[in-house]
Amino acid sequence: MIIIEYILLGFLIVCAVSVSLSKNLLNSILIYMSFSLVMSMVWICLESPDLAITEAAVGAGVTSILFFVTLKKIQAIRQEDEEDEK
Amino acid sequence: MKNKERKSRFLQWLDGEKDIYAGNMEMRPQKEYISSPKLLSRQEHERRLLTERANDVEHNRVYRLYKAAYRVLALVFCLSFIFLLLLEVSWLPPVGSAANPDNNEVSARYIEKGMQETGAVNIVTGMILDYRAFDTLGESHVLFVATITVLVLLRKDKGKKEDNDRVYEPKNDTILQKVAFILVPMIMIFGIYIILNGHLSPGGGFSGGAIIGAGLILYLNAFGFAKTERFFTEKTYKIVSFCALSFYCLAKSYSFYTGANGLESGIPLGTPGAILSSGLILPLNICVGLVVACTMYAFYAIFRKGGF
Repeated sequence: MIIIEYILLGFLIVCAVSVSLSKNLLNSILIYMSFSLVMSMVWICLESPDLAITEAAVGAGVTSILFFVTLKKIQAIRQEDEEDEK
Repeated sequence: MKNKERKSRFLQWLDGEKDIYAGNMEMRPQKEYISSPKLLSRQEHERRLLTERANDVEHNRVYRLYKAAYRVLALVFCLSFIFLLLLEVSWLPPVGSAANPDNNEVSARYIEKGMQETGAVNIVTGMILDYRAFDTLGESHVLFVATITVLVLLRKDKGKKEDNDRVYEPKNDTILQKVAFILVPMIMIFGIYIILNGHLSPGGGFSGGAIIGAGLILYLNAFGFAKTERFFTEKTYKIVSFCALSFYCLAKSYSFYTGANGLESGIPLGTPGAILSSGLILPLNICVGLVVACTMYAFYAIFRKGGF
């Protein structure tokens, strides 16, 4: 069990570093989402399932969706869509 | 007659339809400023010279020095900050030690007498919604104020033409709709279960409300605003939030009025473990859940189209 915890903590650090190093904003949000999911697993390992539920719903769900909508509002995603069409 | 007229004028002013300065203040149109062509060309020339000098990076020694110093100083600052934080962490007391300052009589009392005093099997909910319910009231109001702020910042007036936000999305996506058709009822039921079982199992108002809000957002994404507006409009949000928050206020006021410390309040605690137990915790959980679910949905709706 302690090995799994160490793996999860290592994954957290990798996620946190790669969020700030990634050039693409969309990728940053996706990595942030996975950070929240791993964090919710860490909460379960720390025996606080209520925090895990909240983290999964708010951190991975609602916050990332709000980030996506904001990116679309400031037209940071639209450009890539047009590139895909070409 | 005059009273009625005054009332209608007041309502117009309240809705922002009437300009209070119109007719009461002298308004003179400003004279248009026209510059001479000679001055204009000189300005253009100076601006070009200035931009050329500003963009000349290679011959600017100060700029290069600044850039190098910026990088070095940023690195030094980050490293020293990391060092300070790690030093701070190394001074923290070890986890689980009996001499830690958080091992005092407060937490001992919560653990020993929590179930007896609040009637909740889940100690966390007993703490959040009974001993420290005033905190939770503040949190609910923070969410409410956040929604109001987002509404003030991102609101669009109803009369103006809306820009179509669904142009760059798949319209009536079959996969999304089928998945939402299966998942949304389960998400809703899970959220309601977490709210209603908050005093028995892990979870509570905030988690359940967030899950219900996420389910509503999924439904909205799959089926569009036309379907959600049948049951959730701005009016629904106002009524639900106001009723939940004011009920919370009244319930906690009653609890404070009766002493707030396990005195006889007239509300039976019930048998711990039953669904209808632990006094005011279940209704307060439902209130918090309603506020959180509405807030999550409202955030998304306001971000998407500037209204509900």
